[in-house]
Amino acid sequence: MSPLITVLPVTALPAAAGALTDEGLTSTAEAVLFWTLGPLMVLAALALLFARKAVHAALAVVFIMISLAFLYVAQGAEFLGVVQVVVYTGAVMMLFLFVLMLVGVDRSDSLVETIRGQRAIGVLAGLGLGVVLAGVVGRAAYGPATGLAEANTPSNPEAVAHLIFGEHVLAMEIVGALLVTAALGALVLTHRLRLTTKVGQREQAERRLRGGGHPVSLPAPGVYARHNAMDVPALLPDGTPLETSVPRVLRVRGQEADAREYAARIDRVLAGGWASGAGTFTSDEDYRGELGGPVDGTVTVRDADGPVADGPAADPAAPQTHDEEDAR
Amino acid sequence: MSLTHYLVLAAILFAIGATTVLLRRNAIIVFMGVELMLNSTNLLLVTFSRIHGNLSGQVLAFFVMVVAAAEVVVGLAIIVSIFRTRRSASVDDVNLLKS
Repeated sequence: MSPLITVLPVTALPAAAGALTDEGLTSTAEAVLFWTLGPLMVLAALALLFARKAVHAALAVVFIMISLAFLYVAQGAEFLGVVQVVVYTGAVMMLFLFVLMLVGVDRSDSLVETIRGQRAIGVLAGLGLGVVLAGVVGRAAYGPATGLAEANTPSNPEAVAHLIFGEHVLAMEIVGALLVTAALGALVLTHRLRLTTKVGQREQAERRLRGGGHPVSLPAPGVYARHNAMDVPALLPDGTPLETSVPRVLRVRGQEADAREYAARIDRVLAGGWASGAGTFTSDEDYRGELGGPVDGTVTVRDADGPVADGPAADPAAPQTHDEEDAR
Repeated sequence: MSLTHYLVLAAILFAIGATTVLLRRNAIIVFMGVELMLNSTNLLLVTFSRIHGNLSGQVLAFFVMVVAAAEVVVGLAIIVSIFRTRRSASVDDVNLLKS
């Protein structure tokens, strides 16, 4: 080994992380860390037990797992600390969150007891288990702790690697096979057979055309230069109103404007109505009031009628006659 | 502080995880209770490894982690497929074999 490597403080961190006193007690810093994280972890575990929403429970578990990683590193198990963060918080809990999103975040737990007395028995059993475990584990005599300073040479990951790939290499291989099997199992479990043929964009378009429906978008409403509000039906070239041009909601509500009025007006224009005065309207006031223009404002009316007058009835005499009509 | 405190903390976490499994109905939360139990076992293993100055406990904890990851993948796939057919993630609703 070259002198450079021996000089480098490779073992300094592990030795400091899990260092114990001669009586097998931890350092004060580790005690502070434990007493900070320990109660918080228990609180988070209780949050898992009592949280109504599954997402809150998942976040509490994430906190517990990160705290455990801290404790592992403090105990001289740096490799496990990193693996804990990567595997548990990084993969497992994210998988949990994904499934929560898939299954529905808002799905709260039902509080109805299906088995009578289940909750009381469960609390009792949990408390009993906790007391028994803590009692056994806490009261047993372990003798002074050895500490990992010796076992962690030259460093914790290296020592663990020697064990995993030396003594436990068969278990490692089997675990690899297990992981592959688990991934395949998840694929098979979530696989769904397609019962109907896949409907893509092409199939959808073909079906729409074959069904004889409206293949393109519906015509826009409004008689331009006369009235372009949403509730006015568009007019076909021959002056017939097109019901489908008005939005369906307005039609259902009965809020569309009277198509016949507009059609009649067009008819009148087509038939030279302004010139002859042979329209179907009872009075001109009605028409102008409907247009929204001032009742005596002949200019507005004539402007609005301008493009329509380009039709067969567009002889230069028409506006003049109109004025005379209004004057009466 | 002696290392026994870690063991007691692990025991408490294990008990809370077990209680979660017993009390909650949401299959996903029940599953998280199982994960909590596995994690507390890992803490126990790491602490014992430190008490005895032997790294075998850490190796075992590592294998527990890997197996837990595989278990989570399969378990969540089962939950998702049950949710697809039953529209529910509650463990009480899975009584198809009952009648």
